[in-house]
Amino acid sequence: MSNLLFKITLLGYLAASCGYLVHIASGRRAAEKVGRWLIRGSFILHCATLALRFFEAGYTPVANLHESLSFFAWCITGIFLLFDLRYGLAVLGAFLSPLALLLMVIGNAVPRQLAQPSPMLDSWWFPIHVSLAFLGNAIFAVAFIAGLMYLVQERMLKSKRLSALFFRLPSLDTLDTLNYRCLTWGFPLMTMGIISGAAWAHSTWGSYWRWDPKETWALISWFVYAALLHGRLAIGWRGRRAALLAIIGFLCLLFTFLGVNLLLSGLHSFKALSGR
Amino acid sequence: MQIIAVGLNHKSAPVATREQIAFAPERQKEALDQLLESPEILEGLLLSTCNRVELYACSHDGTAAASRLKSFLAEFHCVPEETLSAHLYEFRAEQAIRHLFRVASSLDSMVIGEPQILGQLKDAFAIAEGCRSVGLILTRLLHKTFSVAKRVRSETAIACQAVSISYSAVELARKIFGSLQDRSVMIIGAGEMCELAARHLVNHQTAGLLVANRTFERALELAKQFDGRAVPFNDFPDYLPQADIVLASTAATGYLLTRSQVEKVIRQRKNRPMFFIDIAVPRNIEPAVNEVDNAYLYDIDDLQNVIDANVKERRKAADKAEAIIDQEIGRFQRWLSDLELTPTIRDLQQQLEGIRRLELDKTFAQLRTLSPEERQAIDACTGAIIKKILHRPIAVLKERRHDMSGEQYLDAARMLFGLDGGSEDKDQG
Repeated sequence: MSNLLFKITLLGYLAASCGYLVHIASGRRAAEKVGRWLIRGSFILHCATLALRFFEAGYTPVANLHESLSFFAWCITGIFLLFDLRYGLAVLGAFLSPLALLLMVIGNAVPRQLAQPSPMLDSWWFPIHVSLAFLGNAIFAVAFIAGLMYLVQERMLKSKRLSALFFRLPSLDTLDTLNYRCLTWGFPLMTMGIISGAAWAHSTWGSYWRWDPKETWALISWFVYAALLHGRLAIGWRGRRAALLAIIGFLCLLFTFLGVNLLLSGLHSFKALSGR
Repeated sequence: MQIIAVGLNHKSAPVATREQIAFAPERQKEALDQLLESPEILEGLLLSTCNRVELYACSHDGTAAASRLKSFLAEFHCVPEETLSAHLYEFRAEQAIRHLFRVASSLDSMVIGEPQILGQLKDAFAIAEGCRSVGLILTRLLHKTFSVAKRVRSETAIACQAVSISYSAVELARKIFGSLQDRSVMIIGAGEMCELAARHLVNHQTAGLLVANRTFERALELAKQFDGRAVPFNDFPDYLPQADIVLASTAATGYLLTRSQVEKVIRQRKNRPMFFIDIAVPRNIEPAVNEVDNAYLYDIDDLQNVIDANVKERRKAADKAEAIIDQEIGRFQRWLSDLELTPTIRDLQQQLEGIRRLELDKTFAQLRTLSPEERQAIDACTGAIIKKILHRPIAVLKERRHDMSGEQYLDAARMLFGLDGGSEDKDQG
């Protein structure tokens, strides 16, 4: 049942992405409205999907790659909806909903059997850790998109070749402010995510930090964002440099999330998680 | 029923004529009341802006109404009609609707896509509504017009992009800074171009204006005009860190501002972006300034290129807008023809039914011996005859209502069957 819902949600994201892309390509307001309602509908469906999966599995459904991708896409969509409500940046939808869609498509392709019950999954630290970590990641995804838009926009302004897209992107200042806001929200979440992960590790394995690849990469990403935050606050970095760092930081995060699981092995690989 | 438009605009008449027949806002109500006194004008609307004066009316007799509108314009403003008529255009039926749609969508404006005209049209409609000079048809037409203009605006890029130097400078500034509120502007040189651009920028509620000019008095004058501050010309680099937008337009022959200077200023500003607009020829700001991170430099040619691209976009958008208008004209005309078709069919049926009743009563009065069954049979028979007679005309009217000849067929039907009460004698006989 949750599989069927997952597929419907995926189609919802597809439709919403189309709506937003048509909007940014043609400038039609109606397409933006359609996109917004579709993404809201899909988000509600996605909530139902996750809830159902939770009851089917009996644990917070972030224990294998399929579940994590789905949960990450859910976080990104949720954060986008919040930002859209608060700051009204519908253009973000044209980039974020395809990103959520991409995660869902990968999630649809990987095996989706439930993880074995294990004391690790029963720990309270587990939901806290993954929620904080993924919320932080989702906010950094927004910063990543804002960074990309900033670079595109800046390039157009500098080269003085303004395409139609130019007129639909938010101003440089808006994007730079978004970068900063994402940083101030995402960084504490990420920090708490890492700390709660350490607490979880301590409660199940008895040690806080073991330097496995995922932990290492998370720390590398954390340093990138810490550098960005420090640069912004103390040195007055902004604009292109901040955008570039937000992009690099998110690529590190993506590698932490996907690359480490798929390419390297360690305590965080889902096999290790579900095998115990 | 026909819609007629008569008027003149910036293309058809010189400003001298336009100002002569412009209607002052306080006299528009009076004018409409006066216009509606003419029997051939059923509904009327008056649009008077600095670029156009137009009368829209709704009438059964297009020719009479059009000449009445023309004579009214002349009479009301005490201008001889002969001198006026050379500048007047006249549109009827579909052409009139198309004209109104084009005016509202700003396709007929001096600057294609300028947004003011729609508001002016809305005001004109409000006045007409206030003195009840618009009825069912013009009200519907105007509502349709507003929605067409809205559709054109949202579905095409007609009004998106600036087409003048100062507007495009403002637009670019907004792309960099978002809102221009609380941004400060520095003007180097106090020429006409600077003044114009400054006016546009200040309209966006910028926070402060710094003016530097070789003749300090002129700087003071301009600063006073915009509530800004004059700074000594030789010291202007010291004030640069305060300025978000810098506009240069002096007659200086060398660069007033070099790349290394700007680099320093940007550092002082902690990388907050700066927008340099150099509209001087020869240029006042070194082109390499554009390579500095967070500094953006546009010279006069760059701005002109932006505008050229925008004008091209607007032309493309205008083609798209015409297609939208074509579509909407069709829709409105269908509504209009349905509006006339239904009563015509009803009149036709009532007319023949009346004749049948009259004749039946006469016949039955003479043939007293008929049994009820026989009466019923005769009744049914005559009813069927009328139905058969009417079948073809009604079918033709319905078929033709959506094309050009529809109106002629309607008129013909009304005339042939005497539906407008013109031939009552014949009915009696």
